[in-house]
Amino acid sequence: MHFAMLYTNRDSILIKMRPLTEEETRLFFEKLAKYIGENIKVLIDRPDGPFCFRLHKERIYYVSEEIMKKAGNISRDNLVCLGTCLGKFTKTKKFRLHITALDYLAPYAQAKMWLKPTAEQQFLYGHNVMKSGLGRISENTQKYSGVVVYSMNDIPLGFGTAAKSTTECRHTDPGTIVCFHQADIGEYIRSEDTLT
Amino acid sequence: MGRKANWSEKPKSGPGRKSRKQPAPSFPGMIGGPGQGGGGIAKHRKKKQFGGPGKKRNASFPSLNDSRKLKPGQPYRKSNEPKKAPKDKQVTRSIKNVSDSEDEEENKIMDSNSEGDEGVSDNEPEMDAGSGSEEMDGSDDEMMQDDFSGSDGEAPDSGNDEDEQNEEDGKGEDKAGNEEDDKLTKWHKIANMNGNGENDDTDKIEFPDGQENFDVQVVVDRIKDVISTLLDFKTRREEGRSRSEYISLLTTDLCQYYGYNEFLMERVMQIFPLGELQDALDAGDAPRPLTIRTNTLKCRRRELAQALISRGVNLDPVGKWSKVGLVVYSSQVPVGATPEYLAGHYMIQGAASFLPVMALGPQENERILDMCAAPGGKSTHIAALMKNTGTLMANEFNKDRAKALIGNFHRMGVKNSVICSYDGRKLPEVIKGFDRVLLDAPCSGTGVVSKDSSTKTQRDAKDIQRTNTKQKELIMAAIDCLDATSKTGGYLVYSTCSILPEENEEVVNLALRKRNVKLVPTGLDFGTPGFTKFQDKRYHPTMNLTRRFYPHSHNMDGFFVAKFKKFSNSNPVIKQVEEEAESSGEQE
Repeated sequence: MHFAMLYTNRDSILIKMRPLTEEETRLFFEKLAKYIGENIKVLIDRPDGPFCFRLHKERIYYVSEEIMKKAGNISRDNLVCLGTCLGKFTKTKKFRLHITALDYLAPYAQAKMWLKPTAEQQFLYGHNVMKSGLGRISENTQKYSGVVVYSMNDIPLGFGTAAKSTTECRHTDPGTIVCFHQADIGEYIRSEDTLT
Repeated sequence: MGRKANWSEKPKSGPGRKSRKQPAPSFPGMIGGPGQGGGGIAKHRKKKQFGGPGKKRNASFPSLNDSRKLKPGQPYRKSNEPKKAPKDKQVTRSIKNVSDSEDEEENKIMDSNSEGDEGVSDNEPEMDAGSGSEEMDGSDDEMMQDDFSGSDGEAPDSGNDEDEQNEEDGKGEDKAGNEEDDKLTKWHKIANMNGNGENDDTDKIEFPDGQENFDVQVVVDRIKDVISTLLDFKTRREEGRSRSEYISLLTTDLCQYYGYNEFLMERVMQIFPLGELQDALDAGDAPRPLTIRTNTLKCRRRELAQALISRGVNLDPVGKWSKVGLVVYSSQVPVGATPEYLAGHYMIQGAASFLPVMALGPQENERILDMCAAPGGKSTHIAALMKNTGTLMANEFNKDRAKALIGNFHRMGVKNSVICSYDGRKLPEVIKGFDRVLLDAPCSGTGVVSKDSSTKTQRDAKDIQRTNTKQKELIMAAIDCLDATSKTGGYLVYSTCSILPEENEEVVNLALRKRNVKLVPTGLDFGTPGFTKFQDKRYHPTMNLTRRFYPHSHNMDGFFVAKFKKFSNSNPVIKQVEEEAESSGEQE
């Protein structure tokens, strides 16, 4: 990964939204790679013009450079949101993905889980996924890798961490947790105020 | 738990109620002066009228006009709907009831005006049960219609008169042999002369003397009468009464019945012709159908409809005019919390909110500004029409509401947006040169009283003036943000959810005078043209290109849409504009 690609000195002087520092980029990409692995480069080299990551109020926004420039003269206080918010840095400088990143995670996800209709509701209320609610799981899912969770009719519902690998999943009893919940689209209603 | 409670109650209610003796009714108004003790009763009646099926009615009243009575759910019916069937039913009942239970008999005796129309149902036990409860006198649920008939205590005379006015024939079942009878026969004759007698009375309208208490039925009848009188003023007017007397009577009555304040009601009466007035007010109170808009960024309408139908939602396309709208008739699940909703496949949004965006007609790769964006229904619609290309700038002054904007944008998968939080009036200083601007201005909300009924009572002239001032400043700012030299655009759409001309035509008129803009057709093939004149005001002749939408005629919220084209970046008369900036609050 060429971090330098994302980091241009030109903008770094601006106090407003700014490109990520090297450390931030590392933390962010490590987290992102858990879900989409090599596909990160798809986000960086896009056919439809250059996109960039910008940090604004501890949040990382992913936005086309054209739009970013147009938002240039909006002052920091008045800028609420820019393109898509992917997540934020916590006070302890860890990076957390937000549910709003789902649009970019879902198409490139490496590990996926599909939930039975009965388990959808549970997950959308913020619960972990049990083996009993698991409809399908992609092959070669590693233990503790990031998974994107879908409904059976392929609507992305959220994402989490696999608690079991694909093979382990086959041999556990229905009550076992197979995926730890991290974010789900129910948050659009449950925690609208803290979304980004 | 609940079951237990029922068990304990049952033994009490059965024998207790039935065996209880019905207390004698008291009619303060009949004996004492008008208004005495009547207030409470009237209030109570009102509650019953609007608050679903009440149990009681005033048993002893001469309800000459039983058949005309409104059913509980019926207050919004149109004036000439057939009411015959219930009448007949009623009549048979009343005959049956003449020899009714002793309690009933007692009431009748008490009441000098008594008659057989006693609202006693065929179902005697029920009646008894009813009579046991705390209210003055018995009767049953079904007879609710009678409730408002003979007014209760207050101002008995006027009440009765009014009842009679609208008397229909077929009412002759009254048994009482007092003066009522004379009147009755008189009304009979008139009614017969008039054929079906429905609403044909050209009779005197009783003007309240100010002491009268509010009685829903009396007011309803009087509204109807006054309107029909006003519509045919020459032949129906009462000698010596001027039109303004009738109008002011109508205003107070409508205010009372619909719960508007006087200022707003006068406004509404000026906007709608008398014939439409009641329909408009009725429709304004009723909630509009729930509509949703398909998010074309994520799915197609047919897929969405299938998915929702399989969840037990009963829906239909909203109409030919929109390819993305669906009307939800009923649903087994909350429409605002289905996985499809959460995944951003649709947005819950009033049908009227589609219109400004359709009028704006966003194109791909344009720069578009939505000046008052929250909660994002229209903005996400714009983004969908732009297919996530170009730049959409969504502005919302209120930071709390801007949070809703963030949620909706991300949920709907809008990626070409910048959300900012400026005072709309300052925006031209920050950023300019947009191809299209949507200004859905903050307004008094008089078009959506069904959503917030406090509007009806809270808004006064001062509020309107305040919003009007703000709207004028905003529309100027919006025009200044536009780029007239844009190849594809240079359009501004101004919309409000208000029906008052002060917030619509007047604002548009000012914009036409102070900026180099002209009105262009909105591209919406329905809606009522905007006013070119209103009362003593005269607006620009092209004002008929703007569109008004009303609940009663279009079954959507009251709405106003105007589309401008900016043809020059300079301002017509700079001096004038500066003057205006100084006294920005000026009223036209």
